[in-house]
Amino acid sequence: MVLVGRSWLLAVVAFLYLPIAVMIAMAFNASSLYALPIKPSLQWFVALAGDAPLLTATRNSLAIALFTSIVATLVGTLASIALSRQAFRGRSLLKALLLPPIAIPWLITGTAMLVFFFWTGIGRGLHAMMIGHVALAIPYVVLVVGTGMEAVRVDLEEAAMSLGSTPVHAFVAVTMPLLAPSIVAAGLFAFAVSLDQFVVSYFLSTPGVSTLPVEIYSSIRKGFTPEINAISAIFFGVSTLLVLLFAQLSNLGGNRGRR
Amino acid sequence: MATRIAPSLPARLSSRRAWTTAGLLIPAYGWLTLAVFLPLGAMLFFSFLKAAPFGDRPLVFTFDQYLAFFRRPYLFDVAWRSIELGLWTTGLCALIGLPAALALARATRGRARQVLFLLIILPFWTNGLVRIFSWTIVLREGGVLDQALHLVLPSAPGLSLLYSYPAIVIGLVHAYLPYMILTCYLSVAAIEDSVVEAARSLGARTPAIFWKIILPLSLPGLVSGAILIFVPVIGSFMEPRILGGRIGVTMGTVIEDQFTQAFNWPLGAALSFIMLAVVLLIFGLTSRILPGRVASF
Repeated sequence: MVLVGRSWLLAVVAFLYLPIAVMIAMAFNASSLYALPIKPSLQWFVALAGDAPLLTATRNSLAIALFTSIVATLVGTLASIALSRQAFRGRSLLKALLLPPIAIPWLITGTAMLVFFFWTGIGRGLHAMMIGHVALAIPYVVLVVGTGMEAVRVDLEEAAMSLGSTPVHAFVAVTMPLLAPSIVAAGLFAFAVSLDQFVVSYFLSTPGVSTLPVEIYSSIRKGFTPEINAISAIFFGVSTLLVLLFAQLSNLGGNRGRR
Repeated sequence: MATRIAPSLPARLSSRRAWTTAGLLIPAYGWLTLAVFLPLGAMLFFSFLKAAPFGDRPLVFTFDQYLAFFRRPYLFDVAWRSIELGLWTTGLCALIGLPAALALARATRGRARQVLFLLIILPFWTNGLVRIFSWTIVLREGGVLDQALHLVLPSAPGLSLLYSYPAIVIGLVHAYLPYMILTCYLSVAAIEDSVVEAARSLGARTPAIFWKIILPLSLPGLVSGAILIFVPVIGSFMEPRILGGRIGVTMGTVIEDQFTQAFNWPLGAALSFIMLAVVLLIFGLTSRILPGRVASF
């Protein structure tokens, strides 16, 4: 039984990684028709360096992700403090309002943003994508920081206050340092959410101003070249690094026991 | 509100506290209002218009956009196909994911479990588009799958799965399987060994243990996994387009067309809200089955 279970798990992992492995391997293959066996070559990575639209799109993606990560983390952490430390009427309603941006299909959120931004004159482009991405990332930040906050004991803060420190000082001096890993994790999470976001960017981009996923999408629809593999392989590597960092910081699946 | 006359000290403190709370909350909720709630409201408004009010076109209200759905039989077919796609994907994810979660919880331990866990959730944080693109290389005519098949069976005809219904299902299962494994794992890991041992010592065989103990206790995980998969799948448009080509017509691609090709925004808005109604219906039905689950998410 144990053996069957383990083989099933390995088969599932193989299924999850097979296409990704093929995609990365083909980035290093000289054949532009993805022919086997693989002839090692770096030509597609070299070609990438001269591809101005892709490079611009990559810069846009990084700029939006950085902006999203900073703003969503700041705004989301503030909200998270209020939601998890203070009792007030309507708190559960406010918590429930975090769900729509996560639960509604991005297609609907994205088209709704397009309609509203176009109608009100906010328009499309970099600023529109930034507004959209921050909104998508805020609920995740609130959830990640909120979970971290649960692990930090309230009585430490209360002890500081009973020893004469103000609520704000108690929070900054006692809770903040304990919360720091969660906040950094939330920032990384927001960065990854923005970097991977395709649907909302797709509706808010203009022909000249797009992001890497949008650019990859239009290249796929135009036809296949291993150049897309090369950029995808780099993209995959960066996303993986971010997730590993996030896992390390938020102590995912481990039990170092902060409580 | 209560202490209008001579506010006492606690009341003044609590009003200061209320201001702090509001100050902490307003940036986040203001942002969400501007970027999510107002746009959804605008879209609802648009769905009742005859035409988008740009230029000097007048505002004409109508229910036509919603009626269009019932008047055009092909839209019904498309909607059903999307739901079918959702059912196939969710079903296959459950069939593959529950055993995987069981194996993860019962057949692995320690470091190996941590590594497997990370391996399973890692791809789901990498770009979905990149993963779908990877499948096109594997599945296309003369692609990696065909070439591998020819190495084993030189005379076999090519499969050329790309641009077919199974290709869309494979891509979607690949994209959403980690959700199912994760939610099922959370349920399965909570089942105590003693329950299973008790059943075994009373003479229950493995199938009976599965049907009578494991499956009922992992139901919450299966249902939350199913919601997390079904909802985005019926709204998917990129996967059917890339993997399905011409046959990949779903509700998602029809809605996308209204906004990017046909420029019939009111119709697109109405179709979006019909889809949203389906999504809300699903949340409503399942929150009855799973008290507290969805709310505490």
